[in-house]
Amino acid sequence: MQKFSYVIKDEVGIHARPAGLLVKEAKKYESTIQIVKDSKSAVATKLMAVMGLGVKCGDTVEVEVEGPDEAAAFEGIKAFFESNL
Amino acid sequence: MVKFLGKSVYKGIAIGPVHVLKKEEQKVKRNKTEDPEKEIEKVGQAVLQAQQQLQKLYDKALKEVGETSAAIFEVHQMMLEDEDYLDAIHNMIRTELVGAEYAVAVTGDNFSQMFAGMDDDYMRARAADVKDISNRLIQCLSGQDGSDFAFEEPSIIVADDLSPSETVQMDKEKILAFVTVHGSANSHTSILARMMNIPALIGVPLDLSQIRSGMKAVVDGMQGEVVFEPDEGVCEEAANKLAKEKEKLHLLQELKGKENVTLGGKHVHVYANIGGVGDVGYVLENDAGGIGLFRSEFLYLGREDFPTEEEQLQAYRQVLQTMGEKKVIIRTLDIGADKQVDYFHLGKEENPALGYRAIRICLKQPDIFKTQLRALFRATVYGNLSIMYPMITSTEEVARIFEIVEEVKTELAKAQIPFKDPEQGIMIETPAAVMIGDELAQMVDFFSIGTNDLTQYTLAIDRQNEKLDDFYNPHHKAILKMIQMVVDSAHKYGKWAGICGELGGDLELTEEFVKMGVDELSVSPSLILPLRKRIRELS
Repeated sequence: MQKFSYVIKDEVGIHARPAGLLVKEAKKYESTIQIVKDSKSAVATKLMAVMGLGVKCGDTVEVEVEGPDEAAAFEGIKAFFESNL
Repeated sequence: MVKFLGKSVYKGIAIGPVHVLKKEEQKVKRNKTEDPEKEIEKVGQAVLQAQQQLQKLYDKALKEVGETSAAIFEVHQMMLEDEDYLDAIHNMIRTELVGAEYAVAVTGDNFSQMFAGMDDDYMRARAADVKDISNRLIQCLSGQDGSDFAFEEPSIIVADDLSPSETVQMDKEKILAFVTVHGSANSHTSILARMMNIPALIGVPLDLSQIRSGMKAVVDGMQGEVVFEPDEGVCEEAANKLAKEKEKLHLLQELKGKENVTLGGKHVHVYANIGGVGDVGYVLENDAGGIGLFRSEFLYLGREDFPTEEEQLQAYRQVLQTMGEKKVIIRTLDIGADKQVDYFHLGKEENPALGYRAIRICLKQPDIFKTQLRALFRATVYGNLSIMYPMITSTEEVARIFEIVEEVKTELAKAQIPFKDPEQGIMIETPAAVMIGDELAQMVDFFSIGTNDLTQYTLAIDRQNEKLDDFYNPHHKAILKMIQMVVDSAHKYGKWAGICGELGGDLELTEEFVKMGVDELSVSPSLILPLRKRIRELS
């Protein structure tokens, strides 16, 4: 498993549209991508669960990637966070 | 005549007949099924149908209100594909052997309650989105269209609540205003109303059973009120306001894209003053030539700790990219005096206007200053940025600022972080700066006169003290003489000078400012076009 933590910079946090884009990105990979905020976690391919985390600007999230295409998924998702969130 | 107050999300006026949108309560009865797999198949077909409808709505919204607002329908499509949502529906059908419609209704309620229970206004507003997609699915399943959008005359739409799809589905030409009992300022309906420039009031405590379609009503978005069956006085007043609004709109259309030039051919830059990223929309809407004063304080206010370099960079970048080629002058932090922030630990001062504030804090606590400068310099690559330093009283201060700027540039270069050299100027808001204008002009690229502070310091009048209102004369000769001195100092060394204080938008003085040779006037967005009009009338 590979993981990274990230501080959200987008003013409104992971709101509807970025969450939608995140889901699209996550669906490209076979690996399971988990977003963890405090004690809650959500699988990145599930839109409502991701929105349900209520991630706001300034929050730190842990992103865990595990599966066959782990390395590619890790890079892809990390780049997504950096340029969109 | 009955009057109700509500929250205005778009300030406009409307007079006309009411159309009450009564949504058929989607009462879905719990019904048993013998064949759960068949119900699940029905859900699948309804999802497909709903997706197609949403695609059409997306296309319509894209044309009418632009991509950002249309995106909600894309999100709705994604929500309809959500595994958890669909799994919950399927599970319910399989385990409880209930019909598809009932399973969708219950699941929709559960998910929307999850959002309604969140501690964030934005996310709470998403409960309406879940309801919207669930209702759409139920409509597809039952083969009926629950809403009644058929009205001939342009009307004031009164409803309990409106979903984004309902808002977009309606014919824009026929909507005079929206009045809803529920809804939040963050809801997409509010956003869409603003984008479509339709007066809208939300949170109006109405009893819908008392309101009939066809009743006359007046919606006043400026006062945040709606009057049903208004008397003649109210109608007349509203008609006057409406006429004024129309005139303003007319002015807007006529002046948009025109140059700020006098009849004699003299050009003046007219820029906007803003205090946050959210104001950029108004800047563009009012056709400002640029941003003449972007107060960076908003980044520091209303929080518990200093904003990081990254956070600042994101905010600056967003503004710069939105403004494109246009100039954006960002003023470095002006905290202190009347703007206090706890985590700065500034302590109480006897006389804060003459106290530890603005550039004084930055020079005493260079760490705070350097974080902002790094973010600003990194932002230079995203647009046309100028940096402006407030509360200058001496050449030594400017020299010290430039030393710190050099340190920042060296650090960035070392770390191979790209940046450009921005224009750097100062605010002229102390009499001292006016008097040494000749020397300062040789050090910086431009001057921007902050007339509010300059007036308070020159006339020795505390702006917060109401007792002094009679003594406060913003047109005092001393101030006008000073402005002339500042402009002359700047021009002597080939630099430009502008005004970003309130006086800049004082139309009685525009002629004088132009005569003085003021190069730029920066005013609040709503004053841009009236000021342009004034300039174009001058000889």
